[in-house]
Amino acid sequence: MATLEIKDLHVSVATEDGPKEILKGVDLTVKAGETHAIMGPNGSGKSTLSYAVAGHPKYEVTSGAITLDGEDVLEMSVDERARAGLFLAMQYPVEVPGVSMSNFLRSAATAVRGEAPKLRTWVKEVKQQLAELEIDPAFAERSVNEGFSGGEKKRHEILQLALLQPKIAILDETDSGLDVDALRVVSEGVNRYKASGETGVLLITHYTRILRHIKPDFVHVFAGGRVVESGGPELADQLEAEGYVKYAGKQEAAGIA
Amino acid sequence: MSTALPAALANTENKGHSHGGSSDGRKTTVPEASRAEWFTSYDVDAFEVPTGREEMWRFTPMKRLANLHTGATSTGAATVSADAPAEVAVETVGRDDERLGKAGVPADRIAAQAYSSFAEATVVTVAKEARASAPVTLTVEGPGAGKVAYGHLAVRAEQFAEATVVIDHRGSGTYADNVEFTLADGAKLTVVSIHDWADDAVHVSSHHASIGRDAVLKHTTVTLGGDLVRVSPTARFADKGAEVDMSGVYFADAGQHFELRTFVDHNQANCTSNVVYKGALQGEGAHTVWIGDVLIRAAAEGTQTYELNRNLLLTDGCRADSVPNLEIETGEIVSAGHASATGRFDDEQLFYLQARGIPEDQARRLVVRGFFHELIHKIAVPEVRERLEAAIEAELEAVGT
Repeated sequence: MATLEIKDLHVSVATEDGPKEILKGVDLTVKAGETHAIMGPNGSGKSTLSYAVAGHPKYEVTSGAITLDGEDVLEMSVDERARAGLFLAMQYPVEVPGVSMSNFLRSAATAVRGEAPKLRTWVKEVKQQLAELEIDPAFAERSVNEGFSGGEKKRHEILQLALLQPKIAILDETDSGLDVDALRVVSEGVNRYKASGETGVLLITHYTRILRHIKPDFVHVFAGGRVVESGGPELADQLEAEGYVKYAGKQEAAGIA
Repeated sequence: MSTALPAALANTENKGHSHGGSSDGRKTTVPEASRAEWFTSYDVDAFEVPTGREEMWRFTPMKRLANLHTGATSTGAATVSADAPAEVAVETVGRDDERLGKAGVPADRIAAQAYSSFAEATVVTVAKEARASAPVTLTVEGPGAGKVAYGHLAVRAEQFAEATVVIDHRGSGTYADNVEFTLADGAKLTVVSIHDWADDAVHVSSHHASIGRDAVLKHTTVTLGGDLVRVSPTARFADKGAEVDMSGVYFADAGQHFELRTFVDHNQANCTSNVVYKGALQGEGAHTVWIGDVLIRAAAEGTQTYELNRNLLLTDGCRADSVPNLEIETGEIVSAGHASATGRFDDEQLFYLQARGIPEDQARRLVVRGFFHELIHKIAVPEVRERLEAAIEAELEAVGT
């Protein structure tokens, strides 16, 4: 059973005024079969946590540890982390002009699975996932994320999640910018991925809206670069009612924006 | 619109509509004249010997021109071999052939030197209403290391003729030439000029296109090899309703200087031009220059034109200059635009691909292939497309990142 363990993680970014510490001692453990929601006000460092786990070069880990099943994640390159079973559904998926979605998906699947998927089963597999995520198959020939709407990008992130079947998935504000239909389709995709019970999900969000579709087992409040409170689903209800004022020092709603 | 390359500069994006602005800090340039006033002549002596400070020469390393600009005498010959289908006539003719020199007049001293110096010319004719059943391939082999040669090629597509011509430059030595494309009314000509010279080669070439009524020229330059390659493709319209599509792919390695100077002279009404040049650079001293001149004369009402240049800097130590110039003498046009951008590898693109498990070297290759994709997939000759893809792969292997 997969376990992602984050211990006393400190992360800085380079700014014009020198390095700035964003994460100030994050402790978090996500096991297969569990869904954790990380909720917090804007600027609390939620996205930094997701990028640091994925290994974005902009974020420097200054101390602490990240392990996946005991293996040192911080020693791995970005692509090694992905092949080890980590996945980040990004808040702002990147456009890659001239690289077709189909070429990209197949390259990714080949890398993660360690061998090229057999063409016939692969085509079938992709087709099925496209149908479930209500994505027009014509997207396969378009350049990666180029000219996609916000909702289309998010659906494609979940498409990649479905095809790559990571051990642990981090969803960074996957709900942002989605209309009601898209939120339903995307949430169903995540729930199908969770259904095996062998995968862990770390859901990063500002709002409680997505938690009505994807049920968390644990809810953590993130503020000032660390987890300040942890609890069960009831914590989300409390945030829905009270907002982040208690943690952020100012009023910021967690309910429907 | 020039981008030198400080190591700390992660990404430089230049977009805009300033005309001929250059920010590279070189000050010793002759003031720019309108393209409409540029001097042209077949006679080499009518041009002064350039010093390198002139607008048209300021990017070129004059010392590496093997004296082409100061009157280097011919010491060898390039060999031109043709592979053409039956519908296309290929002849070797003397200087006095009356079909030569019709598509355009040399606009710089080296072009005039080449025009004054060539011994024999190749004339390719696609007869009226003929449609070439296969691409014509002209292989131009340089004169050999240390030798200088001049040449001339004229490609003539008669009324409603259709053909694809590949000009494949290879070998060693110094070579200057003029290449003419004359398209009669309704002709459709596709040209791919490949510059895949050996490392020592110097090639300075002027292409002159004259495009007839409703005729369509698709012109592509592919620049991969040589010490210094400077190609100046010029398109003029002989009548209304014509169209020209100019594209270019270039990949410069350490020490190479590739200079591409396109000029579309909109001198007729209702003509269309589209210019897209893309280049990648890697290694110390790799230098590329793209100058894209478009002139819309007063008579050219209903013009549609667009030009784009993009450069991808793969390593430190390389430099891409990019100067789009758009001159508009009439307001009665459909559209006119240009864009230029030069940047490093996009780290966000690499991160995204790697975050899906794709190893870094493969991710880089995907990004570069993607960068060239829109141009490569438009090349009409599959063999050329495959060769170009293979060449880009080989270049990327060589960088060792």
